[in-house]
Amino acid sequence: MTTKEATYNYVIRLGDNALILGHRLSELCSRGPILEEDLALTNIALDMIGRAQALLKYAAELEGKANTEDDIAYRRAEINYHNYLITEQPNGDFANVIARQLFISVYEYLFFSELENSKDETLSAIAKKAIKEVKYHKQHAIDWTLRLGDGTAESHKRLQKALNDLWMYTGELFEMDNIDTYLLHQHIAVDAMALKTKWQSEIDRILTEATLSVPEDTYMQTGSKKGIHTENLGHILSEMQYLQRAYPDAKW
Amino acid sequence: MATDTQLDLWEVFIQSKSGQPYIHSGSVHASDVKMAMQNARDIYTRRGEGTSIWVVPSIYISASDPDDSDMLFDPSKDKIYRHPTFYVMPEGAKNI
Repeated sequence: MTTKEATYNYVIRLGDNALILGHRLSELCSRGPILEEDLALTNIALDMIGRAQALLKYAAELEGKANTEDDIAYRRAEINYHNYLITEQPNGDFANVIARQLFISVYEYLFFSELENSKDETLSAIAKKAIKEVKYHKQHAIDWTLRLGDGTAESHKRLQKALNDLWMYTGELFEMDNIDTYLLHQHIAVDAMALKTKWQSEIDRILTEATLSVPEDTYMQTGSKKGIHTENLGHILSEMQYLQRAYPDAKW
Repeated sequence: MATDTQLDLWEVFIQSKSGQPYIHSGSVHASDVKMAMQNARDIYTRRGEGTSIWVVPSIYISASDPDDSDMLFDPSKDKIYRHPTFYVMPEGAKNI
């Protein structure tokens, strides 16, 4: 494994996280609980798609096969996707969207704060831009967690259920495989495992303030680094890739 | 006022750049000042329109009565001498 190959895989993973979560959030367009929140969520979706574009473009460069970021996004099979399983989970109700945003944005804030220091200049530049966006995503998620958790009996119940349901997908965020470790030694990748304590204590603090319980540890789902997904990714791709599959090179 | 089920109404003022006045952009619904600020940011500054935001609960805005418009605004229409158009501007003076 060369550094370039490893970096390509690493960048694909980061790009896929942004692309798939961005797509999930974009599904909420016109379905927000109020107009203002509809725009807030689709703004976050656009931040994600922008980040995906930058990362997949860099992946295409590293790959060196004259592919564009669009080829990578729209012409890959499910098994070659490496987004975390939590990003592909269905939106469900608004509480579920917020629980997913909370887990991911608290993680991403820690992650991109570290990736800023990457020796890879492109990754460092992308992280510097992402961190400003993620800071806002995190604030948005925390505020809603407090409102729903400490809101009505119904909002509390729904958010607690969502947190419990998604908990099993959070273990994967801190996994390190041989690609991560290889790049960590070269000061390119982030030590995700080392983020776990901070993430856990921040989540504990937020949930306690929101009068919610921290979900109990359970069996943690895993697979994304190997291309193993929940059934949800296939459904996303069939919609997302439809146009390029049905009409390759379509232009308008 | 018609029944509004979408939280309280807030008026949004955006400053395009430092030193410029805050200009009314529109309104948002929100349950508290924090949400009002975020909603204003998401709705009115997403294309780079501003560098600073004010949000004010709409109930604190007092508006002039349209029936008083004649009394309030018509008398100023024929006072052209209130415009500084009778001076020769020095060359090179900008932003006056």
